[in-house]
Amino acid sequence: MSDPTQNAQQKPGEVQTTGHAWDGDLQEYNNPLPRWWLWCFYGTMVFGVLYWIYFPSWPVGGSWLKGVGTVDYTITDKKTHQAKEQEYRWNTRSLLLSDLNEAANNEKRKTMLAQVRAASFDQIVKDPKMMEFVRSVGKGLFGDNCAACHGSGGQGVVGMYPNLTDNDWLWGGATGQIHETLVQGRKGFMPAFGAVLKPEQLDDVAEYVLTLSNEAKPSEASARGKEIFHGPVGGCYYCHGADAKGVPSQGAANLTDKIWAIADVPTQKTLQDKKAVVKTFVTKGVNNTRIMPAWKGRLNDDDIKLLAVYVHQLGGAQ
Amino acid sequence: MRHEHIETNSGLMILLILAVISIGGLVEIVPLFYINETVEKVEGVRPNTPLEVRGRDLYLREGCYLCHSQQIRPFRDEWLRYGHYSLAAESQYDHPFQWGSKRTGPDLARLGGKYSDQWHVQHLKAPRSVVPQSIMPNYPWLLTTKLDYSDVADRMRALRATGVPYSVTQAEYEANVKKFGQTVADQLDISQAEANLLKEARDKNFDGIAGQVTEMEALVAYLQSLGTMVNFSQYNDDEFVKFR
Repeated sequence: MSDPTQNAQQKPGEVQTTGHAWDGDLQEYNNPLPRWWLWCFYGTMVFGVLYWIYFPSWPVGGSWLKGVGTVDYTITDKKTHQAKEQEYRWNTRSLLLSDLNEAANNEKRKTMLAQVRAASFDQIVKDPKMMEFVRSVGKGLFGDNCAACHGSGGQGVVGMYPNLTDNDWLWGGATGQIHETLVQGRKGFMPAFGAVLKPEQLDDVAEYVLTLSNEAKPSEASARGKEIFHGPVGGCYYCHGADAKGVPSQGAANLTDKIWAIADVPTQKTLQDKKAVVKTFVTKGVNNTRIMPAWKGRLNDDDIKLLAVYVHQLGGAQ
Repeated sequence: MRHEHIETNSGLMILLILAVISIGGLVEIVPLFYINETVEKVEGVRPNTPLEVRGRDLYLREGCYLCHSQQIRPFRDEWLRYGHYSLAAESQYDHPFQWGSKRTGPDLARLGGKYSDQWHVQHLKAPRSVVPQSIMPNYPWLLTTKLDYSDVADRMRALRATGVPYSVTQAEYEANVKKFGQTVADQLDISQAEANLLKEARDKNFDGIAGQVTEMEALVAYLQSLGTMVNFSQYNDDEFVKFR
């Protein structure tokens, strides 16, 4: 295969071959690696060693090389509430804290947040610049925390989660009321009338409720229902109000408009079906199914304030 | 040993190649068996209750892990969206862990307590009824299939073999009382597994159907437990920096 005498015959200026010859005359040049390439290669080795020294790297015994690199960050101590400045060795966790500091110190965000914090709801709503900030920050907050139930656009789910874009508010649609709803949560409750009223009385009440929003025409049945609604037997007016327009402090729905939060009336085709869905809710009441969680403690005060204004501007702002 | 000798002996060459290419793997894997400083010392992490054990099995059966990870990385965007980054200590009783690497859906490591049970039931039954843009499949059978919990004790025994401290003997039970407190230790007692499962299902009624234990019950119980065991409000934000 190889012929060791070949190399000896090499003339000056010719490229050296590897010294092998196959099939009699097939030889291979032995070109040296380009100098620049070789130095880059050595460079990567040096880089690798420096990397091991600077960053956490090799395992050693029960521990590991921790690296000499450091990161600065500031945190607020949860017990003393004092800001604590710290220099710590580089790792992804200390780097995160430094990243969070950088975000918190973002000048534009910081000034806008201070403005919003100091302003009243009315001032925020009237200030286009602050509202721009609310819309951009609120969108993310709403998407992460509220959209799962209320939908990404705040449209809600009929029967389960209220629509936030319409003009109907169970617990009040002013910024202050929305803020209160966010802070302490809400628990919708309506007593069950199934045991209190007779089946025909339930029918009458359902019929009357539908006349309030012009879904049904007044009839003898609805007149009887009206008496129950406004009388001591049903006492519906305690919570829904004498005008049936709802009482926000009770979370009672406005029954005179075409917006239905729980009973899915609009999609029912016949009057009979509409009556049936209303009757179901009068019979069973609402208990333990309409719960808005309290966000205090889960979100910070600034975020809750931003969200209150964001939800307010989604639509139907009162 | 001369180079030519190696090149002309394919058996020897195979052995030497195997030795060389295994270095990378060994360097990465072997230290995991003896580095103990990376597991954070936190309070509150406990093994799953019997109901959660069954829920977790359903999580695997339905292949949730194919689209959902359970590992929040220490990055700013993940911190803001999902909450505190996951700790190694939080997966210490997870066999096999469900960290995952594919996020077609969102990360679930801190899902527990974020939404109501009722929302989970509705969302698993018909995801698009609450999240219109969702591409998650419907899982309506969870609500109609009765949970098979006859073998829950065996399943816990299997986990025990992997090192999860479910108790069989009185001594193990007492060790659990010391470590986790009475309430949790009772849940970890394998002899009471079925009774505990039924009690949790009855008390918390995750699926909203009274008097029935569906597969939905177990899965929602598991989902509501995710990431809730460590109370991060008692630790400073840099408490876990020293473990990396």
